[in-house]
Amino acid sequence: MTINGRSANPPQFRSRPHIGWATVRPGVWLAGGLVLVFLLLFFALPVARVFITAFLDGDNSFTLGHFSAFFSQDLMRESFMNSLYVAVMSAIFAALIAVPLAYLTVRFEFRGALLIQTLGVLPLIMPPFVGAVALQLIFGRSGTLNLLLNDAFGFTLPIMEGLNGVIFVEAIHYFPFILMNLTVALRNIDGAMEEAAMNLGCKGWRLFWRVIFPLGLPGFVAGASLVFVKVFDDLGTPLVMGQTNMLAPQAYLRITQVGLEDPMGYVISVFMIVFSIGAMVISARALQGRDFSTLQKGGASIQRRQLSTIESVLAYSWIGLILLITLSPHLGVLLLSFAKVWSFSPLPDAYTLEHYATVFQDASGMIQNTLIYCGLAAGLDVLLGVTIAYLILRTQLPARQWLDWIATASLAVPGIVLAIGFLRLFKGVTVPGTDVLLTGTWVAIMLAYAVRRLPYALRSCMAALQQVHISLEEAAESAGANKMRSIRRVLVPLMTGGILAGFVTSFITAAVELSATIMLASADSQAPMSYGIYLYMQSVAGRGPGAALGVLAIGVVAIGTYLSHRVVERTASRLAPRKEHSS
Amino acid sequence: MKKVSVQCRNIRLAYGNTEVLKNVNLEIQAGEFFALLGPSGSGKSTLLRLIAGFNKHQSGALLVDGHDIGQQEPWDRNIGMVFQSYALWPHLSVWDNVAFGLVERKVDKATLQSKVAAALELVGLSAFGQRKPNQLSGGQQQRVALARTIVIEPQVLLLDEPLSNLDKTLRVQMRQELLALQRRLGITTIFVTHDQEEAMTTADRMAVLDQGVVQQVGTPTELYDEPINAFVANFVGTMNMLEAKVRSHHADHLVLDVMGVGELRLPVSAQVSNLHKKDQRVQMSFRPHAVSVSTAPSVSTDSVICIQGTVQGREFMGESTRYRVQVGSQTLSVDQPHYAGVPKLSTGATLNLNVSPTQIRLFAV
Repeated sequence: MTINGRSANPPQFRSRPHIGWATVRPGVWLAGGLVLVFLLLFFALPVARVFITAFLDGDNSFTLGHFSAFFSQDLMRESFMNSLYVAVMSAIFAALIAVPLAYLTVRFEFRGALLIQTLGVLPLIMPPFVGAVALQLIFGRSGTLNLLLNDAFGFTLPIMEGLNGVIFVEAIHYFPFILMNLTVALRNIDGAMEEAAMNLGCKGWRLFWRVIFPLGLPGFVAGASLVFVKVFDDLGTPLVMGQTNMLAPQAYLRITQVGLEDPMGYVISVFMIVFSIGAMVISARALQGRDFSTLQKGGASIQRRQLSTIESVLAYSWIGLILLITLSPHLGVLLLSFAKVWSFSPLPDAYTLEHYATVFQDASGMIQNTLIYCGLAAGLDVLLGVTIAYLILRTQLPARQWLDWIATASLAVPGIVLAIGFLRLFKGVTVPGTDVLLTGTWVAIMLAYAVRRLPYALRSCMAALQQVHISLEEAAESAGANKMRSIRRVLVPLMTGGILAGFVTSFITAAVELSATIMLASADSQAPMSYGIYLYMQSVAGRGPGAALGVLAIGVVAIGTYLSHRVVERTASRLAPRKEHSS
Repeated sequence: MKKVSVQCRNIRLAYGNTEVLKNVNLEIQAGEFFALLGPSGSGKSTLLRLIAGFNKHQSGALLVDGHDIGQQEPWDRNIGMVFQSYALWPHLSVWDNVAFGLVERKVDKATLQSKVAAALELVGLSAFGQRKPNQLSGGQQQRVALARTIVIEPQVLLLDEPLSNLDKTLRVQMRQELLALQRRLGITTIFVTHDQEEAMTTADRMAVLDQGVVQQVGTPTELYDEPINAFVANFVGTMNMLEAKVRSHHADHLVLDVMGVGELRLPVSAQVSNLHKKDQRVQMSFRPHAVSVSTAPSVSTDSVICIQGTVQGREFMGESTRYRVQVGSQTLSVDQPHYAGVPKLSTGATLNLNVSPTQIRLFAV
């Protein structure tokens, strides 16, 4: 480009706040429009359809009749109470596990910190329903623990009986959400906060209750409400454990067995959305305006203390016990995948590789399906994520925040609700040029994944773009690169890490998605691994191959998690500003 | 309120192999406003936190009012500290922040009410009791932190870089308020700063620390006029340093060979100590404003030392102009007062720098 060319075409568009949206270029409008159409078509409209259907009579007039019908059925009332009970109890038990762990890691010199960090990704790498069967074998009525207890002491613990079992499985699976949020909140407390209290005469338990706990509370609430939502919406675990008198299983059974016209499925969906949104609002309230992360530049976080010998023994035993319990589903699945026979015995009686052979023979299609669906969904998410992030942070497109809000709102929509919405909205819609139903193809599954995982990818992309200071682009522009070229040569290379991390997060979380899959997979040939595991786990004979498939899924997801972690770390260290010297 | 003294005796503190405080000795008088001045990493904050009880010394003694409190926990010491970050608890209102220490002391309700109200009144924030800390400006937060600390009537008040988070004008105002408050309460106050101006303007006496060692203790004037070594001289104000060597030592004068300047006769006086042996390498020092400039050549006498130099550049600072003057191979700073209409010296001009021997200090290298 010549000097003349440069001065004749100065950068016309600057994303400065004071420039009105009249200057927004056509390309930006187009991009915003496409994103909006996608979000409306595959997220907002399906969910709205579900919502509206719950309030519509047979002749399309408004009614609350479905809700009174809901509460007049014993089964529905029971399901409602059961779901609430299970979600609340799971959150409480998760808190009992997580709070001491978080406090230990932040407060004391402690070597297990990395281990506890690792616990944080457990809910991501294996959905709870996979472990449920294995837990039955370990903690169930005739499982390892109770067999040993019965032999030794002559009594058994009803850990896996009925709703207890669901609570147990969910709590040990989702407690890391509380652990991680609380740990971050506690870590970010400026050590001076605590020292100031000590300086004024406060110590011990009073110090904890008056200063540390209130400062960590927002993190705790955020984590606990997340656990509540996850448990309330979970379909796979109760189904696998045979606890169908809960809301999500009821919605599934109604839609699949009674049919799309049965209003109960929609009423349940409304409840699930309302509770999800309620919990998210509580969590947002807890965090809003209470940014207690008071750690300042150059400040130190809460001082760690040395544990005494007795304290160390207690702390490590506690953590050891927790670890053993939380890892038991994983161990159980692993054992089960190699077990020839495992019933009424503490450990399998014989081992075999047969199940893996079976899986590779029968289920290679499922593995392939997972890779295709999740790869496409994650790719779509990243594309949407980068576009939305750019529109929001770098353009003046009017109402651009709405794109972010709509995309993020999908966090509040359970997979089963979205799937019901798809089935309902696209009922009878065929793939153009053929007479194949859209909802009968794998494309519907892929789109559901993309919508459900978009918030993760969007966050990554937003964070990545925020790290790139606008002056870096402006420098490129003043050096003669036009808008597109500065995006390509400066912005995208700097965002690569975040984009990759977003891709991987979307991919791995989509790979373990069951609730939408279970509703949308219309033929076994379309099933991805998550659904495959579920299908196998239905029969006793299928447990072995199901577990083997589960191990493979964990493997895929674990590798993905590790890679994304590496990418994020590397990018962060590359982009982090040099630490200035401070006293 | 009883005024108490603070004494540090041979205090040593190390983290692993890093010695942070090396044999610190300090006598802080009752009711004194005392500054700890030093660059970052000098150990000044560590010393302050040690007095508060957050750091524990490995040897030595820390005496408050004559009692060794080295083994006491922070919450038992009744030594108030205002933190650099203020450390106001965001979940508590201003009122509750201030009341915090009284609640710990199980003060009855009526007394608590009146004390908190009085403390807020003292810092001029009576109307802000129900606000949350993040609804206050930096200066107001600073005052809350101060009120929260003095409300418990501590024996000693510690201030950790109290003004560093404020902007310049507010800083000047706050330091006057701090001083006024300290005078009114009469409380022994120790404050840490890296800003020599802050230390000099407020402190009764100050200690300069470097690398964990107390370099010098004294009034601001003493430290400015009689710095004990090159570090203190440079840290408290600006100092010109000329490399030199002692040629010979006589009863009433000293002959110095100043690098790039030649031999200079320096009368022996109280300021130029006679500790300097023959061939001893020294730094001949004087402040930039201690120089008067003449363009006509002049000769050194017993009452004035003359050095020739060339103007290399200048910085206009308002009340004065600072010239960089090349003397032999060395460069000096020379401040000349500025008045409207008086022309400045131009680059390349040759000058005579006249310094009175009373303004000259020699430091051993």
